[in-house]
Amino acid sequence: MITVDNLSKNFTLHILNEKKIEACRGISFNVPQGGFLGLLGPSGVGKSTVLKCLYRTYLASGGAIHYNSATYGMVDLATLPDRAVIDIRDREMGYVSQFLKVIPRVSAIDVIMEPILARNGVTRDVARKRTIGLLERLRIPSHLFDAYPATFSGGEQQRINIARAVSWKPRLLLLDEPTASLDKYSVGVVLEILKELREEGATMIGIFHDTGLLESVTDSVYHVC
Amino acid sequence: MEPLIRIRNLSKRFGDGCIRCLESTGPQHDTNLCSCCGSVMACNNVSFDLFHNEALGVVGESGSGKSTLVRLLHFEWEASGGCVELHQSAWPCNLPGIFTGGSDYSCNLLGLSHFQKRQLRNALMGIVYQNPHIGLRMHVSSGGNIAERLLGAGWRHIGRMRHRSSELLEKTEIPVARMDEPPCNFSGGMQQRVQIAKALSNNPLILFLDEVTTGLDLSVQARALDLIRNLRSEFNLSMLVVSHDLGVINLLCQRTMVMKSGHVVESGLTDQILQDPQHRYTQLLVASQL
Repeated sequence: MITVDNLSKNFTLHILNEKKIEACRGISFNVPQGGFLGLLGPSGVGKSTVLKCLYRTYLASGGAIHYNSATYGMVDLATLPDRAVIDIRDREMGYVSQFLKVIPRVSAIDVIMEPILARNGVTRDVARKRTIGLLERLRIPSHLFDAYPATFSGGEQQRINIARAVSWKPRLLLLDEPTASLDKYSVGVVLEILKELREEGATMIGIFHDTGLLESVTDSVYHVC
Repeated sequence: MEPLIRIRNLSKRFGDGCIRCLESTGPQHDTNLCSCCGSVMACNNVSFDLFHNEALGVVGESGSGKSTLVRLLHFEWEASGGCVELHQSAWPCNLPGIFTGGSDYSCNLLGLSHFQKRQLRNALMGIVYQNPHIGLRMHVSSGGNIAERLLGAGWRHIGRMRHRSSELLEKTEIPVARMDEPPCNFSGGMQQRVQIAKALSNNPLILFLDEVTTGLDLSVQARALDLIRNLRSEFNLSMLVVSHDLGVINLLCQRTMVMKSGHVVESGLTDQILQDPQHRYTQLLVASQL
């Protein structure tokens, strides 16, 4: 479903005398539909860079990212026009960042409901039920449902982050250390949710801090170096 | 999906101009002032698309041509050159001669008569200025300010106009009881919300926001932004959001253009512009963020 071919990313820092930084190069892998690829490698080697290039937060400097979109057919995410990338993000591709970044002054429940309402075409009641189900599974105390996530603990924020990304059941999910700040129990719940999502056909690419965890959830591993 | 408006090579020059104007201005010279004849190239070959229900951000330092761009598209100023075309689906009423057979897009709107431009503006556009003194008549009642816009859009029934005004003021969180007070009695944040109510009164398809939160204090700014975000989804607006504040752009816009010395130097997804800026100026802008 997604084939990365010789992807590279360099940053040119004009304001630091044209300093060049090579973030990654020669990245090539293939993930079949329904597969789960883990990215492995020491810190600073460019794992997050790869995910950000796939999500188009970074513009790739070279190579191609062939993705078989449900809406557009075969596309190259490295060069696809902005509008189409926004469309694919809205309909197909989810991303879990290392830290929660949400719109301020929006309650936890609305943060998670918003993508369901916008993307799945369900009623408010259905979206609300699904949201509350997720929050309860992730053991977010119910008195926090209508509080602002910016005030939550690190672990709670990360659980909200994951809930927001999985709630609307994306077709392709990119995960950047989703479990790094979670306790053992929460990690278990998150893995269970990811497993269910895969059973429904989702494809995933993830970075996990913990090698044991990585090997247990993914079905192939790519070494970034 | 086709763009709602296509803008190609839009330019605005203040001054007589000479053959050296184009080559002596722009981001590479760090100026929009022609060294030869003293003309100002406020906007230079600006091209972009605005889609249905999208918020497009325009960032850049003061003097980069952001507000000029808005004034040109709102038909307040006459462009020196370029082409603005509207998609047929935007078409609300029957102005003759704008769409010619066959094409999905209108003729160049910049070539229309003043009368046609005014009709188009009243039917399709809303604008909120940084300075409420430009957008509002400060000594006319707030309801009257909104009614003025409705009159322009063809409304005639006083009762209905009053009803619409109170509806809009309620949406923008102005106490309806103060509808008959002039904006000069209001605080800056309230004036800005009256402006937003006025801009939305004709159910516009396109809303121009020119530095709407600049100069407001933080909590008022937050409320204005929340209001704009909610109104966008409620009214299905396409917005052009001009701001020098990257936070505002990040909150409201999916796509962003960066302007410098009258040129668009870079455009892309907002998160890409903020995290992987390509142009020297954008890198400086992002690095300067507090």
